[in-house]
Amino acid sequence: MDLTAIDPLLLLASLMVASTPILLAALGELVVERAGVLNLGVEGMMITGAACGIIFSTLTGNAWLGFAGAALGGLLLSFLFAVLTQLLLSNQVATGLALTLFGLGLSALLGQGFAGTRPPAFPKLDIPLLSNLPVMGQIAFRHDGMVYLGLGLVAAVWYFLTRTRAGLVLRAVGENHDAAHALGYPVVLIRFGAIMFGGACAGLGGAYISLVRVPQWTEGMTAGAGWIALAIVVFAGWKPGRLLLGAYLFGGVTVLQLNLQAAGLAIPVEYLSMSPYVATIIVLVVLAAGRKPGSLGQTFHASR
Amino acid sequence: MKRRTLLKTGATAAFAAAVGAPLRAQDAPMKVGFVYVGPINDGGWTQHHHHSAKEMVDHFGDQVELVYQESVPEGPDAERVLTQMCLQGCKLIFTTSFGFMDPTVNVAAQFPDVMFEHATGYKTAPNVSVYSARFYEGRAVQGNLAGHMTRSNRVGYIASVPIPEVVRGINSAFIHAREVNPDVEFKIIWIFEWLNPAKEADAAQALIEQGCDVVLQHTDSTAPHAAAQEAGDVYTFGQASDMAEFAPKPRISSIIDNWAPYYIDRVQAVMDGTWESVNTWQGIGDGMVGIGEISSAVPDDVKAEAEALRDSIAAGEYHPFTGPLSKQDGTQFLAEGETADDETLVGMNFYVEGIEGEIPS
Repeated sequence: MDLTAIDPLLLLASLMVASTPILLAALGELVVERAGVLNLGVEGMMITGAACGIIFSTLTGNAWLGFAGAALGGLLLSFLFAVLTQLLLSNQVATGLALTLFGLGLSALLGQGFAGTRPPAFPKLDIPLLSNLPVMGQIAFRHDGMVYLGLGLVAAVWYFLTRTRAGLVLRAVGENHDAAHALGYPVVLIRFGAIMFGGACAGLGGAYISLVRVPQWTEGMTAGAGWIALAIVVFAGWKPGRLLLGAYLFGGVTVLQLNLQAAGLAIPVEYLSMSPYVATIIVLVVLAAGRKPGSLGQTFHASR
Repeated sequence: MKRRTLLKTGATAAFAAAVGAPLRAQDAPMKVGFVYVGPINDGGWTQHHHHSAKEMVDHFGDQVELVYQESVPEGPDAERVLTQMCLQGCKLIFTTSFGFMDPTVNVAAQFPDVMFEHATGYKTAPNVSVYSARFYEGRAVQGNLAGHMTRSNRVGYIASVPIPEVVRGINSAFIHAREVNPDVEFKIIWIFEWLNPAKEADAAQALIEQGCDVVLQHTDSTAPHAAAQEAGDVYTFGQASDMAEFAPKPRISSIIDNWAPYYIDRVQAVMDGTWESVNTWQGIGDGMVGIGEISSAVPDDVKAEAEALRDSIAAGEYHPFTGPLSKQDGTQFLAEGETADDETLVGMNFYVEGIEGEIPS
């Protein structure tokens, strides 16, 4: 065993990169669920985003446009979900699962001509001055733009949900849609907005895997990241701060266990492999989960 | 995860059964089924099986009809897919992943008139053959190159699922890396999957950060190559397919699976009525294992040495597991000049001396 081979600075830096896809997807789903909608189609929207990201970035030669296309792809797919569940009042659980199946198939179809193509490089931002700081510079200030966008979005969502009137209205819709409706808030419209924000975020998360993390298109490449994002939302008690902790913890332990394996740690590999899941669940449960939004998963109809 | 794959395969199978059943006339083309563990464009293992399957179809033209199912999970779902293929009228079915072994044997017992070919397994039956390639021969060449090309003397190895085939590959690569470079060390990461690009990228990243400047992989995607390319001076090897898009650097060579001749042989045998259950294990010499071009990033003398090793293995003059060799715990594995027999190789579940760590059980 040679633990000195693990460079803690590099480890922390990889943690931020490894966590970003889950963080983005989970953040979107958090807003959706706070609005009282359960969208189990995160995996489908992520993989569609991953495919759209490759397609748009390859065609335009610009990685940022790839991310924009991925957000659009995820958004369109979630729009479908919104129409089905909010206007046609279909069951959210069944529709969400169907959305995942649909997304996996659709992405395979879309990505058909793009297997093996490499997307344009996504530049890292060496933030001037900050990136030269001794320790923090290497850990936190030499990443690509999406890592910071993810962090910025967490702060923005936190501010929106807790400090703005619009955020309060969104939460009211999630807590009790009948009461919100009685007060005159457009429940369905607000939920449409939340669902589409969630779709765009999931698309971005998926594209981060296909454009930065891997970077290449392979069918089914998100490999369950969407389900992990869904789980983290619940374990984080629908709170953005804990969500960030959960995502970084999961990403961190994932990276750490690979490093420990490479360093030859004398713990059976099976335990190391399950450690990200166990650690994330334990920590977030110990923090005591929050209460789930009152109307989560329930179908809303104005006449009832 | 399970649920969606279940729904997907279930729906496809039901559709296939409804549509395919009436097509069982005598003069109809012979249906040949393929069950794949990954998508047919994974860039590696499954893609090459599918490519070989299509070569086989090109060879026979209208005489055969290809039926395939991709991304079939290893486990009970595979039995359903296989059963449906049988009901659909397939005469010969190839199952192309180790984890399909028990499903193949189980379904074969129910359909004695259908012939099965299982890749990389070891259980046979009167209507089940097994076939595999001696990938460890290719690993020997990779190990030789890795030993020469590393400057940090740390070689990373992204291992997939702990089965003898993978362990054999690690041992073979290690033996030949040590032979040319006594200081070389292997760092091994098991990811417990054949294809998971994000995890492969993370594993490659972890290895590179720990100073590995050559990364071998027994997983199917090109993600480790991309990670190596970004890191700069790191060398990699194509797995299952050439992965030439990353040549000449980081990809300096590759192991290519070439199943087409075998597929053509076996389909022909069913047509002629001469099919018998066999246990086929072919290597570089038979062409089932190909060594991809050694790229210009490798110095000429190193390249020549690796090619000489490849040729001597192909000619049968040299066996990659030739003694003296010891097991990890120091006990003797092979005496001076002794070569490992196939039975030992098929069940290999130990590391050779010098490799650190344990094989997950």
